[in-house]
Amino acid sequence: MIFSEKHELIRKLVRDFAEKEFTSDMLDELEETGEFNWEIFRKMAAAGFTGAKLPVQYGGQGSDYLTYVIMLEELARVSPVLAIYANTSNSLGGGPLLLSGNEEQLQKYLRPAATGEKILVFALTEPGAGTDAGGTTTTAVLDGDYYVMNGRKTFISGAPVADYAIIYAKTDLKQKGARGISAFIVDMKLPGVSLGKDEKKMGIIGYPTCDIILEDVRVHKSDLLGELDRGFSNAMKTLDGGRLGVAAMSCGIGQACLDESIKYSKERKQFGQPIANFQAISFMIADMATELQAAKELVYNAAVLKDLNRPDAPQACYMAKYYASEMCNRLAAHAVQIHGGYGYIKDYKVERLYRDARINTIYEGTSQVQQMVIAANLLK
Amino acid sequence: MRIIVLAKQVPDTNEVKIDPVKGTLIRDGVPSILNPDDANALEAALAAKDQFPGSTVSVLSMGPGQACYMLRECLAMGADDAYLLSSRTFGGADTCATSTTLAAGIRKLGKFDIIFAGRQAIDGDTAQVGPQTAYRLGIPVVTYVMKIREYKEKSVVVERQLEDGYEVIEVSLPCMLTAVKELNEPRYMTIGRIEEAYKKTITIWDENDVALKPESCGLKASPTQVFRSFTPPPKGKGEMLKGTVPEMAAQLVAKLTEKHVL
Repeated sequence: MIFSEKHELIRKLVRDFAEKEFTSDMLDELEETGEFNWEIFRKMAAAGFTGAKLPVQYGGQGSDYLTYVIMLEELARVSPVLAIYANTSNSLGGGPLLLSGNEEQLQKYLRPAATGEKILVFALTEPGAGTDAGGTTTTAVLDGDYYVMNGRKTFISGAPVADYAIIYAKTDLKQKGARGISAFIVDMKLPGVSLGKDEKKMGIIGYPTCDIILEDVRVHKSDLLGELDRGFSNAMKTLDGGRLGVAAMSCGIGQACLDESIKYSKERKQFGQPIANFQAISFMIADMATELQAAKELVYNAAVLKDLNRPDAPQACYMAKYYASEMCNRLAAHAVQIHGGYGYIKDYKVERLYRDARINTIYEGTSQVQQMVIAANLLK
Repeated sequence: MRIIVLAKQVPDTNEVKIDPVKGTLIRDGVPSILNPDDANALEAALAAKDQFPGSTVSVLSMGPGQACYMLRECLAMGADDAYLLSSRTFGGADTCATSTTLAAGIRKLGKFDIIFAGRQAIDGDTAQVGPQTAYRLGIPVVTYVMKIREYKEKSVVVERQLEDGYEVIEVSLPCMLTAVKELNEPRYMTIGRIEEAYKKTITIWDENDVALKPESCGLKASPTQVFRSFTPPPKGKGEMLKGTVPEMAAQLVAKLTEKHVL
């Protein structure tokens, strides 16, 4: 895609920022401690990343989906985990509010998330309800002006540092499956909200993840988000947008894999010459670059379709997410292969990229879910 | 305060090579950037604006139309407005003609309190344009500003970098200050300000707009011309002497005698 000067300038900003601010010491510390780095989060918020595509009237920067994907790609190129710091408010955190929030809720909850003052996370998955999100068993029962919530949400990215969570719960127990589910904005400081232990993850270490446990949590009815019993479509639409973010971060990871492979194959000598001279390596690099470019074009195209509010945008997002997330895993495998034994050692960037890539075919809808939806759209 | 910043779009010299045959810069495919010292100048202006709310920061440049990209970057860092002096007549200007043109642009902008400029541009490295422009405007100039100590009502106190220290200078306003990289750390653009920057209009002026005669501009008004550019050959390898001090001294005398230096 040929970009406008404005989008080129956005890329320049994010690239300069990531290359300068995401130091290797900081990235190593994230990996070793697994703790959220507030200092870099605040710097990213100040540069406008946390509110990139959110509206100006709600504290955002007022840019578009194309900006959003360029930003995530450039951030993930240097650090896949820090890209998530900028993603959440733009995507799964802010998405449900943007879709269904009233003016008061948008000012109260979206604004501080856009500016990075507060962290807002998305809590849909349960121990027994992953891909089958309709299997939600968390409940919210009306009692006066409050809903009393009980249940457990699992694998909630950002939960340990969250101020608020968008929590989906069954409000009409008589309705089956996806029906009778509502969305709530839950203040994490409310009595009865507690956290599970931080999960020890394979990758994206430094953006903590844990369960949220709800025990007789009284949520005021003003924090019901959107229509009662109609929360499931809000969750699904939010995920549609979120998939594009995962696709963009996958492209950043793919780019990093390619960059590292090119650099290493020119430096590393075997049989008296750089291994880049061998077709076994150079053809792998040619394939990597081609697949990466194909994924980027899918992502940029989907972003433009979203910006134009075109009806074919969701399908483009599923395809972009499916292809780009699989692509970055193939590229990460090639990158480790090209590095040989060194690629298996933690001192080399590709070792971390290989682990960071892995989540992308899983979260915000597995590759198989994308296949299901893409096929269903084609075959209906 | 009314603040003006002089900025130049330059090729990223980290990536520039010199054509060994023609002796000219190979600019093809080399990205153009905001001159690094000018980014420090802009940051100083923006910091003053932060300190004195209600101040305005205007950025002025001379160059081809593509320099608008660099000016958008300045707007996205926080400048209020941007002006580009651009005309074929301005082409081929040396520092003398450039400062004439910039001074005319500044007069057109009207009253101001401070002009910030970079110490020098990385493509020419002359460090002349700032001081020459100040001379034409009849205002004092402090070059190599590494710190701003204090703004007073009618003056500013700055530290001026020297090779082995610095001097403290109080200079009356209006004045020109040229910035070195030690002055500050330029801020990042923000996504929102990039959006706003592309909603603003960059004013483009030619020689008529700033009341200059064509013979006062560009190549015609440039007393200096680049005769030849070249990469100097690298210095030959040095030779390290070994042994005790008297031994090395003896060796050195022998070598210098051999070369007829002594």
